[in-house]
Amino acid sequence: MSKDIRIKKGLDLKLKGEAANKIAETTRSKVYAVKPSDFHGVTPKMVVKEGDNVKAGEVIFYSKADEKVKFVAPVSGTIQEIKRGEKRVILEILIAADSQDVFVEHSKKNPNDLSTEEVKAHLLASGCWPFITQRPYDVIANSADSPKSIFVSGINSAPLEADLEITLSGKKDFLKAGFEVLAKLTSGKVHVTAKKNAAYLPDSNSFVFHKGSGLHPVGLVSTQIAKIDPINKGEKVWVVQMEDVAIIGELFLTGKFNPTRILALAGTGFQDPSYVKAIIGAQVADVVAGNLKEGNYRIINGDVLTGEQKTRNGFLGFYHNMFTAIPEGDDYDFFGWNIPRPNKFSVYRANMFSFLTPNKKYDLNTNTNGEHRAFVLTGDYEKVFPLDIYPIQLLKSILVKDIDQMEALGIYEVAPEDFALTEYICVSKQDHQRIVRHGLDVMIKEVG
Amino acid sequence: MGLKQNLHNLKEKYRGTKFEQGFNALHTFLYLPNTTTHGGTHVKDATDLKRVMNTVIMAMIPVLIFGMFNAGYQHYLQINGTAEFLTMDNFIIGLKKVVPMLLVSYGVGLGIEFIFATVKKHEVEEGYLVTGMLVPLIMPVDLPLWMLAVAVAFGVVIGKELFGGTGMNILNPALTIRAFLFFNWAAWMSGDKVWVHGAVDGVKKISGTDAISGETVLGALAANKPLPENWDAMNSFLGFIPGSIGETSTLLILVGAAFLILTGIGSARIMLSAVIGAAVMGLIFNGIVDANVITESSKFYSLMNFPFWQHLLVGGIAFGIVFMATDPVSAAQTSTGKIIYGFLIGFFSILIRVFNPAYPEGVMMAILLLNVFAPTIDHYVVQANVKRRMKRLKVKTT
Repeated sequence: MSKDIRIKKGLDLKLKGEAANKIAETTRSKVYAVKPSDFHGVTPKMVVKEGDNVKAGEVIFYSKADEKVKFVAPVSGTIQEIKRGEKRVILEILIAADSQDVFVEHSKKNPNDLSTEEVKAHLLASGCWPFITQRPYDVIANSADSPKSIFVSGINSAPLEADLEITLSGKKDFLKAGFEVLAKLTSGKVHVTAKKNAAYLPDSNSFVFHKGSGLHPVGLVSTQIAKIDPINKGEKVWVVQMEDVAIIGELFLTGKFNPTRILALAGTGFQDPSYVKAIIGAQVADVVAGNLKEGNYRIINGDVLTGEQKTRNGFLGFYHNMFTAIPEGDDYDFFGWNIPRPNKFSVYRANMFSFLTPNKKYDLNTNTNGEHRAFVLTGDYEKVFPLDIYPIQLLKSILVKDIDQMEALGIYEVAPEDFALTEYICVSKQDHQRIVRHGLDVMIKEVG
Repeated sequence: MGLKQNLHNLKEKYRGTKFEQGFNALHTFLYLPNTTTHGGTHVKDATDLKRVMNTVIMAMIPVLIFGMFNAGYQHYLQINGTAEFLTMDNFIIGLKKVVPMLLVSYGVGLGIEFIFATVKKHEVEEGYLVTGMLVPLIMPVDLPLWMLAVAVAFGVVIGKELFGGTGMNILNPALTIRAFLFFNWAAWMSGDKVWVHGAVDGVKKISGTDAISGETVLGALAANKPLPENWDAMNSFLGFIPGSIGETSTLLILVGAAFLILTGIGSARIMLSAVIGAAVMGLIFNGIVDANVITESSKFYSLMNFPFWQHLLVGGIAFGIVFMATDPVSAAQTSTGKIIYGFLIGFFSILIRVFNPAYPEGVMMAILLLNVFAPTIDHYVVQANVKRRMKRLKVKTT
């Protein structure tokens, strides 16, 4: 039942600073951090306290809503500080790292010999469960559910995003084991959408392969779900990132939770855009060390559409596979609202001529290129939005908190990232992703 | 960059004061602001609402300039019986009539926008930049400026700000302004005296000539009078006829339409389906005449008998379809909805044009009517999407 997915409604934002195919080692950070804010909606209950020694893979907190969901230390060391913010909300747990990691040793397991419950228990106990997220709502999956299918995207289509052929080279065995694990979790199928010639993928019966091509957001899971097996009310679909399938596979094959990622460093803010190896939670300065240009650049953990802004003192997030660095745009532009600007990109042809040079690569900055306004233009979002959903109507139903309408218009099928392109092209400069996240949170609260 | 820094300092100085919104409106006109993205996408498209509105204004420049020439041309044509079109005299008459209207339109409209923005503490939004330009273009040339000022104030306050400002209004503000004028001072907005400069008090001004008659083609047809001698379809297409300032030249309106479609700002769907809708209604009327359902004694005979394609060349229908029906805020928002909306605008324009006893033009009423029904049209289009989703669920559960 393999399907070909070809996305025509979308946009490939062409940016300068693509990462070259070479991987550098990074120096080990002195301090690593686990940030509960990486896990949307999770309220942490601490297991460790300051001064405790932890091994890599040892539980440091669990989710208040579901005690079974554990979050573990990415490295071994000493809990240096539990940073709290307003109302004692835990912001980050800092771990002073040992020079060499001591791992929690789990036994090696063959997923095919285990029951679904045993697989779940192992993922939960080892700290791998948070890699599994769910639709609807784009939050960590509920371990009590049985999803109708599991989706793994094998395409990174966002601007400058890491090439999976590089980040996953040599990990076929881990991926194969990882897919065997996922296959245990659903009574339905595991769907993988990738490019036709994806060489990093193992041969396996554990998943169904779909060929994906076309414009971004072909790599976003919601797009693939909508084309292959759309979500209906009451159904659950689980989602895992391709790199995390390998981490899960490694856990089963070696008995170790090894959250090491190969990250792309891309964008014009880097002297030498390329790849580095780093552990989740590493300090940003150590990951980008030496490569980041001096000057007024923004460091983004993730891609330019959905990533998270970080400072050098920040930490590598749990789900991100890249850093982007682009120039800040905090300057005025004389008559910048009406004069054609060849160094900027627009999908509109309103006194902008970027449509004449479709293959030109741009060095875009973070200027909003205008101020926040009410929604005015219509019919444009649909050109970059491949789902069978009316984006502006859904956004407006969220803004007025009309729960029935949100449900009817398809809120169960979307994640904030699906609205990144509509947000990018919005002439009214509305925060679509924030609106959608808010809508999903309202639904979690009201519908559950 | 002294100016840039000085303005930045002023912006900081006015932040939080009652001058903030007014100052920012002027500042952002000179400089694209230095705001950066936070929380969502880190880069944003180079186009903002100002650029969009600016594009629409650019599309109207040709008809504006033509309208100025035509104002003088129609004036001298009536006095002398013949006139050249592209003369400085014509242009100066147009300039003297149109620029004050532009000033009143923008002055009053933007003034109100500034007041509302200051009171409600939001930025001055760009919507009125287009409305302010549209308003003079849909007015008779001799309209007294005080009437215009009153109407603009009404249109902006009642038609737009009460609903929440740009993006929230139900009716097209420019047409709200025109409708207000039409229902209050109908004598200044219709008839055979208002379309040519100097015609209203022509008897007094121009001795030795008969009172100037500036009758429009539609006026003549509605009265079942013979068409003006110098009228032919080509004249009408090019725009050398009396009418509202910007509406006469179908050719230049088409240029504007092409510009709007090429830039992707105006909806080609609405424009095309409106033209089709108007043609269909025109054909129906032509067919009724051909089938001898009505006779020449009918008071609707001339308008019904007018060839359907010529209906598109006279009156304000072309201007309305291109520049007002496509207003994204008051139009239907879905693709399918736009086609229905456009078709009905064209259809009703001709219907109202033929049957309206008071005034032989219908595009204004048709657009305002469909503005009101646009959300309904969208509702049914969106329901189809909702039903598709429900059906998928039902198939699953059975």
